[in-house]
Amino acid sequence: MSDVQSFKQGLKYETFSYLPEMTADQVRRQIQYCLAQGWNPSIEHSEKENAFGHYWYMWKLPMFGEQSVEAVLAEIDECRRANPGHLVRFLAYDNYAQSQGMAFVVDRGR
Amino acid sequence: MAGKKYSAGVKDYRETYWMPEYTPLDTDLLACFKITPQPGIDREEAAAAVAAESSTGTWTTVWTDLLTDLDYYKGRAYAIEDVPGDDESFYAFIAYPIDLFEEGSMVNVFTSLVGNVFGFKAIRMLRLEDVRFPIAYVKTCGGPPQGIQVERDVMNKYGRPMLGCTIKPKLGLSAKNYGRAVYECLRGGLDFTKDDENVNSQPFMRWRQRFDFVMEAIHKSEAETGERKGHYLNVTAPTPEEMYKRAEYAKEIGAPIIMHDYITGGFCANTGLANWCRDNGVLLHIHRAMHAVLDRHPKHGIHFRVLAKILRLSGGDHLHTGTVVGKLEGDRGATLGWIDLLRESFVPEDRSRGIFFDQDWGSMPGVFAVASGGIHVWHMPALVNIFGDDSVLQFGGGTLGHPWGNAPGATANRVALEACVQARNEGREIEKEGKEILAEAAKSSPELKIAMETWKEIKFEFDTVDKLDVQHK
Repeated sequence: MSDVQSFKQGLKYETFSYLPEMTADQVRRQIQYCLAQGWNPSIEHSEKENAFGHYWYMWKLPMFGEQSVEAVLAEIDECRRANPGHLVRFLAYDNYAQSQGMAFVVDRGR
Repeated sequence: MAGKKYSAGVKDYRETYWMPEYTPLDTDLLACFKITPQPGIDREEAAAAVAAESSTGTWTTVWTDLLTDLDYYKGRAYAIEDVPGDDESFYAFIAYPIDLFEEGSMVNVFTSLVGNVFGFKAIRMLRLEDVRFPIAYVKTCGGPPQGIQVERDVMNKYGRPMLGCTIKPKLGLSAKNYGRAVYECLRGGLDFTKDDENVNSQPFMRWRQRFDFVMEAIHKSEAETGERKGHYLNVTAPTPEEMYKRAEYAKEIGAPIIMHDYITGGFCANTGLANWCRDNGVLLHIHRAMHAVLDRHPKHGIHFRVLAKILRLSGGDHLHTGTVVGKLEGDRGATLGWIDLLRESFVPEDRSRGIFFDQDWGSMPGVFAVASGGIHVWHMPALVNIFGDDSVLQFGGGTLGHPWGNAPGATANRVALEACVQARNEGREIEKEGKEILAEAAKSSPELKIAMETWKEIKFEFDTVDKLDVQHK
């Protein structure tokens, strides 16, 4: 049994939350992928204690038609600065599937 | 019809049912059969016989034939093709007028298409390869109770395949111990766990206690992980009344998803349960026990792509499709064909995937493809590539067999999955670079590292029995 490790339970945030928090460059590449699919980027944030619900606060409006990864990253930064301690997630609306093609937490709060 | 006279006796089927000049209507239901006739029976006669015996015909002329317009109601064999690489069999294409079938009834469609005709003596072997359901008929069927898009929203899972696990051992656990196994898997990072198909309500674990303990496991793991979780509560039962009783209780305690075996349970029960799920907002996972009895022989039976289409029409939100890479049968091209048939709104004819007809599903929701059976972390890159995001990847032994237990086993799979999705999105060729991708991810996950060491030698490399028909000469 000495070889068996005990399991550590922790809060998670759905897609990509079992990987280490992404570097800025890794986030950039995921956003690039979503824009290349023709999806519309959007940003949401929430207090940690309210994160389980389906709806988080929407940061401004979804950035319909936005092609610039840098513009999306700048909005994420602005959202983060304006909401210290909040979880911040990036999501991408796929209007053909009427669903989200992607959603992941880029800032797991402090 | 005026002018026709009754004459008793036996006519060749071809006189009535072989119509090579016929152009199928958009509303016709089209079928492609692979026919292996008895020696001495020519192709046209065999094809016409199949058309007759699966529609209006019987072995002799009867006077009551003249009381209706048989020329309208009959099935028509309208084309014959060689089977590549096979001299004794051929494909026959048959068109059936839509009025032959009760609206929304998979039971009725199958009773005609794969009924008595499969025991017909003049045919040595017979296989239903594909069916084109006209959009007019599709619109009479309920289809998946919720569909892919609704399930993603309800479960809050985006941008990746979902992860599941069938609880083992298949049989013999008490309800409380069973709930423990569920809890450990879910808290470790799986989205779903699953009742094994054999688990119904046996003496060692009655359904009601199982449902209660499993729900506690779901609630606790959701609270601890902050993620949405489910367990496919199997409501397959000896009678429809009992099935609905279990479904009602699952809803009462807040279960997000239940499960049914659509072939052993039957299409009548399945369609009824799918309608119930739609009315009650419950997701429906579908298992396919007994399918291999019907679909594995390359020359007799029913191809799985037909069974998959029937399920999408009858109703289900998940369907097991094979894994291509695991312990169970499944050709890659053919599997890609039927997972398209489950998920897309229009699937064009594509013989390289065994698809004989264009299939228009209109607005019918899609079904998640479920890959389950003998898969582990090393298969993850191939699975993500083959199945894409709209799938559930289920690791039974590959979760529960982890040397540190279910929760670390679940974490290992979740880390491997997310690493593969991340790498795919970055434009890497994940099947080719699979080893490096997993090794990289294992650097920050001891659970994945030990899983990779445990299973690295296990492969399932037997050749497929039911391959697509291709020229091999």
